[in-house]
Amino acid sequence: MVADEETGTQSEHPTPLRGPREGVPAKPEGERPGVVADVAALAGGLKTTLSEFFRPVVTTMYPEDKTTRSERYRGRHYLRRYDNGLERCIGCELCAAACPVGCILVIAAENSDENRVSPGERYAKTYEINMLRCIFCGYCEDACPVQAIVLGPEYELSDISREKFIYTKEKLLEPLPPDVQARLQASAPHPRPLPDGERENKTK
Amino acid sequence: MNQIYNDPIGHWVVVTVAITLLLFVVLTATAYTVWFERVALGRIQRRPGPNRVGPFGLMQLAADGIKLAFKESFVPAETDKLLFVIAPAIAVAAAFLSWAVIPIGLWYNVQYWIADVNIGILLIFAFSSLNVYAIVIGGYASNNKYSLLGGLRSAAQLISYEMALGLSLVPTFMIVGSLRLRDIVEYTVHWGWYNGPIPLILLTPIGFVIYLMAAVAETNRAPFDLPEAEQELIGGFLTEYSGLKFVMYYLAEYVNMITVSALAALLFFGGWYLWVIPPVLAFFIKIVLFLFLYIWLRGTFPRLRYDMLMRLGWKLLLPLAIANVIVTGVILVATQG
Repeated sequence: MVADEETGTQSEHPTPLRGPREGVPAKPEGERPGVVADVAALAGGLKTTLSEFFRPVVTTMYPEDKTTRSERYRGRHYLRRYDNGLERCIGCELCAAACPVGCILVIAAENSDENRVSPGERYAKTYEINMLRCIFCGYCEDACPVQAIVLGPEYELSDISREKFIYTKEKLLEPLPPDVQARLQASAPHPRPLPDGERENKTK
Repeated sequence: MNQIYNDPIGHWVVVTVAITLLLFVVLTATAYTVWFERVALGRIQRRPGPNRVGPFGLMQLAADGIKLAFKESFVPAETDKLLFVIAPAIAVAAAFLSWAVIPIGLWYNVQYWIADVNIGILLIFAFSSLNVYAIVIGGYASNNKYSLLGGLRSAAQLISYEMALGLSLVPTFMIVGSLRLRDIVEYTVHWGWYNGPIPLILLTPIGFVIYLMAAVAETNRAPFDLPEAEQELIGGFLTEYSGLKFVMYYLAEYVNMITVSALAALLFFGGWYLWVIPPVLAFFIKIVLFLFLYIWLRGTFPRLRYDMLMRLGWKLLLPLAIANVIVTGVILVATQG
């Protein structure tokens, strides 16, 4: 409610009606630039755009050129193996539990001496990620006690059918790009800024 | 070569060939003007512009044209069907008609024209004014408030700028003494020891500045593109148009742009005369420079508010143009008796 100064009544409208120039700050006297200054301002604008015209183009020609990504970029997932060929995944389903969108399906099975897939008691018989659901948050990677799942650098994941976005275990076990592999081995696990102490607990 | 125009049969042959050639040349030029504009605007914004279709993106307009040609020919409900279809046709016809009287120098003493009328420039004004009918009728027929507003704006803008545009050229006619475009291009001065051609901009610089501003407003280009004003009016009179009808408006706009660029070259910069450069190339260079100016203006200035546009037209350009006429007249009387 705004009090009307002249009548002393309360105005019904929250913002009172104003005259055409009321409330508009008056232009300072004598500071109106002349025609010369106006034309100079226009010329200044033209000069700016012309100088931009002759500067190099900044566009990245995407399919041919690509921008560099961070080392910690979270792209598609990979399941890792130990150097002796055994799968790291022990089928604990912590990744599936951590996943905010529930896109990971793990069905575990027992290892036996005849069929040893991973070093632990169990291994992932089925491991599927629905890439249409995945939000690439990396929580699965954080949750994994054996660093079996990592998010790689690839981001060009488009495909022509919805079925092809269900990444199966075979696809996820594809070898990591060598540079990512080297980085993981150099600083296992990922160099990710977490509060002190948190990482140590998980690596043990 | 030019005598062939005096032969009754040769005249018709030349004119028929000329019309065919002109349609082809102007249409092609329009396509590449659009490409040029997109690339130049891109470079001003440090983008590459279209560069995918063909070398340097030169086939972009072919791709766009095919896409637009195969779009559904859509007429919204409750529109005035006849006017809705006629309006874009008027735009194209008006845009191309101007080229009937524009002469082009092909070689050092060979010129080309379709109609060499002695009131050429008046005809061009008449044809370019027709463009507003296309916009007003299109806006009205669309039965859409944005289209109608765009059409009304266009009419008001035309009234404001047509007068300044016409008056800005009056000093040129007074100096040359003819409305025939060829005479204006061939204008020579005899000043003491100097006998020869002179670019008329040296004699009427203010007329040129007024012409330039009024021509931008006349062709509805930024910063005077109020009839379109996509931020306020969706697309103004173009809102309901798509497919080939949209192409016709688009074509008309770019043809008009080339027309006023060619006129600026003819009226103020000696047309196809530029030192020893072959005339057709000289004319081309001058037109391209003016087109670049247009694009440069579009890339630099924001759209004027409506009252600013009116104020500029009525309170600055029109008085200035009238004063220019009077001053030129006084000087002409003083120097020539």
